[in-house]
Amino acid sequence: MSTVVVEALVKRFGRTTTALDGVSFTVAPGELFGFIGPDGAGKTTLFRLLVSLLRPDAGRASVLGLDVVREYRALRQRVGYMAGPFSLYPDLSVEENLRFFASVFGTTIEREHARIAPIYAQLEPFKTRRAAALSGGMKQKLALCCALVHRPEILLLDEPTKGVDAVSRREFWDLLGTLKRSGLTTIVSTPYMDEANRCDRIALIHRGRLLAVDAPGTITRAFDRPLLAVRARERYKALLALRGHEHAHSVYPFGDVIHYTDERADAPADQIGQELRAFLAANGFADASVEPLAPTVEDTFIARTAESESRISNPESRIPNPESQIPNPESRTGSS
Amino acid sequence: MTALRGLLRKEIFHILRDRRTLTVLLALPVVQVILFGFAIRTDVNDVRLAIVDPAPDDATIALRNRFASAGVFRTVAVVPRAADLDPLFQTGAAQQAIVFEPGLAADLGRGEPGHMLIITDATEPNTGSLLQAYAQAVVQGYQQELIAAGRPSAGPAPRSAAGPPLAELLEGPPSAGPALRGGPAPRAVAIVPAVRLRFNPTRASSNLFVPGLMAFVLTIISSLMTAISLTREKETGTMEALLVSPLRPWEIIVGKVAPYLVIGFISVVAVLIEARLIFHVPLNGSLPLLLFEGGLYILVSLSLGILVSARTSSQRVAMMGVLLATMLPNVLLSGFIFPVESMPAPLRIVSYIVPGRWFVLIARGIMLKGIGLDYLWRETLILAAMAAALLIVSTRSFKERLD
Repeated sequence: MSTVVVEALVKRFGRTTTALDGVSFTVAPGELFGFIGPDGAGKTTLFRLLVSLLRPDAGRASVLGLDVVREYRALRQRVGYMAGPFSLYPDLSVEENLRFFASVFGTTIEREHARIAPIYAQLEPFKTRRAAALSGGMKQKLALCCALVHRPEILLLDEPTKGVDAVSRREFWDLLGTLKRSGLTTIVSTPYMDEANRCDRIALIHRGRLLAVDAPGTITRAFDRPLLAVRARERYKALLALRGHEHAHSVYPFGDVIHYTDERADAPADQIGQELRAFLAANGFADASVEPLAPTVEDTFIARTAESESRISNPESRIPNPESQIPNPESRTGSS
Repeated sequence: MTALRGLLRKEIFHILRDRRTLTVLLALPVVQVILFGFAIRTDVNDVRLAIVDPAPDDATIALRNRFASAGVFRTVAVVPRAADLDPLFQTGAAQQAIVFEPGLAADLGRGEPGHMLIITDATEPNTGSLLQAYAQAVVQGYQQELIAAGRPSAGPAPRSAAGPPLAELLEGPPSAGPALRGGPAPRAVAIVPAVRLRFNPTRASSNLFVPGLMAFVLTIISSLMTAISLTREKETGTMEALLVSPLRPWEIIVGKVAPYLVIGFISVVAVLIEARLIFHVPLNGSLPLLLFEGGLYILVSLSLGILVSARTSSQRVAMMGVLLATMLPNVLLSGFIFPVESMPAPLRIVSYIVPGRWFVLIARGIMLKGIGLDYLWRETLILAAMAAALLIVSTRSFKERLD
């Protein structure tokens, strides 16, 4: 039996905004499930629906077998939820925050020590420090600790690593790995594409729709076009030139390089690489280098959003400006 | 129960950590009393009096003595002609002038009405009419003494006679009706009304403002602080965490609001003690009853604060909302500063739904008149009904979800 079952969920705000537009997925017990998508994709709305803070306009959702609308009270006892922005009391100390959230669920830190020990061990040296004075990474660990203190059966973490430095992000995901080994079902959302590989399965979410739901490896394997990385000193001019190439499918900046996909799905990458080198040299980019590349989740995401958009509405935006869809430059330089 | 205890403990931490707000909360009532007591008083002391006495005789000397001993008048100038008064009034050197006609004692001695003119600076109408009343009280006191002595047409009054202080003149001496007790007056047919002001004879404004001030302070602490502390949870995002917990809405509300109820009570008691010690404001009725009514009023204010916070999501908007919805009506329409009776009819009707109006009525009744529930049951019932209705509406309006 699935821990989370979501069927054709729709949530609208006002008349014009559709935050979720028919979302369906299931999460298996013990799974570490990730929602990957830019800001405004609908991740936070989805999480709030799952923890019963919002009611859907259509469709249904159940968590731990409990309907999120009808059985919300029973559900709230059993979920651990960490809201997107830092949501602790800045004027209370680390220990006081934790003690408060324990008391709200009718328990104490001492009784739950076993569950939170691996995380609390890192916080204990700072336990008298006010939450406001903690570093970003520490704040998120404290929030995680507070969400875990009542021994929830499922953990929902909305963008827990947003705005946190790369080292703390890695540590945070290591903690999630530890929790997963203890059998806790965890749903997590993130705007950072490079974190996708830490999940068992991911869902790519964009403009209230799921573009794909699968294991990260499977999703990138489904990327069916040759992908090449182009380096040139005059990057922007090179990008414009490449978009004029007769076989170009999509060309977009990716960190300090340019990613190029070719519309001839079956052509060998080496051959395309030679073609591009010649094309760039002919266009005055003598210094340009071209290398074939294995696609990342982010490449998949960009390709999928381009596809879904050309399917939905105006065909002129067939190749969207990927800059606007990638929320944070960190994701491009991160390790994946 | 552990949940509620945890919530209360957390709220107390918040209050104690935020030293600045706590200081303001505790100092505000104390400072307000002093401000209203000394700076914004509407009663008059130290009236600058000018006297025109072209031909002093026994009667004018006696009256001048009486003015001098009334306690509120200070003679700043004695001039021979009424024409000399103009510059005194224009520069503000004098606020009031007494002009005696020559031969006052002689007129009185013949049993004819004596004439004198009282001129008052009425630039500030309220002060002007108050001064007028003070001066008339002094003259009337003298007149009554003459009548009581059985000689309305009497000869010279004793030169040294110092009159009673003003408070006694206005309230009347302990035993009733000296005018009626007066011996048979041979020729007096004049009806001389004896005027008495009860409950606040000197019209001391401190007696008036303290009950209103309690309403004001309670509104600030209960409505404003409740609204702010609830919307702060929304701003920090912690309200989401509280909602996604087994806490019931009423537990969240009680936990957030109870500490401010306590602070509200402390402030009321502080205001009462201060008013008693510094301004000698009486508490003629029962203190427990006053505190009970205060409790009712706190409940009304808290509910209004909860109601405002349910409809706003930032502390700033909540503050403006409370200001508009509770503070302004409670200050302007409660009779705290401006008497309800002198408002235009539409505003008077609006004032019926202002909780402060009822509390001010009750508090004045208990403190100044010393009356109890037998007279105040109607106002108390209205306040209790308001509290019940608002509590129900505000807990209902507190949403368990975000939409």
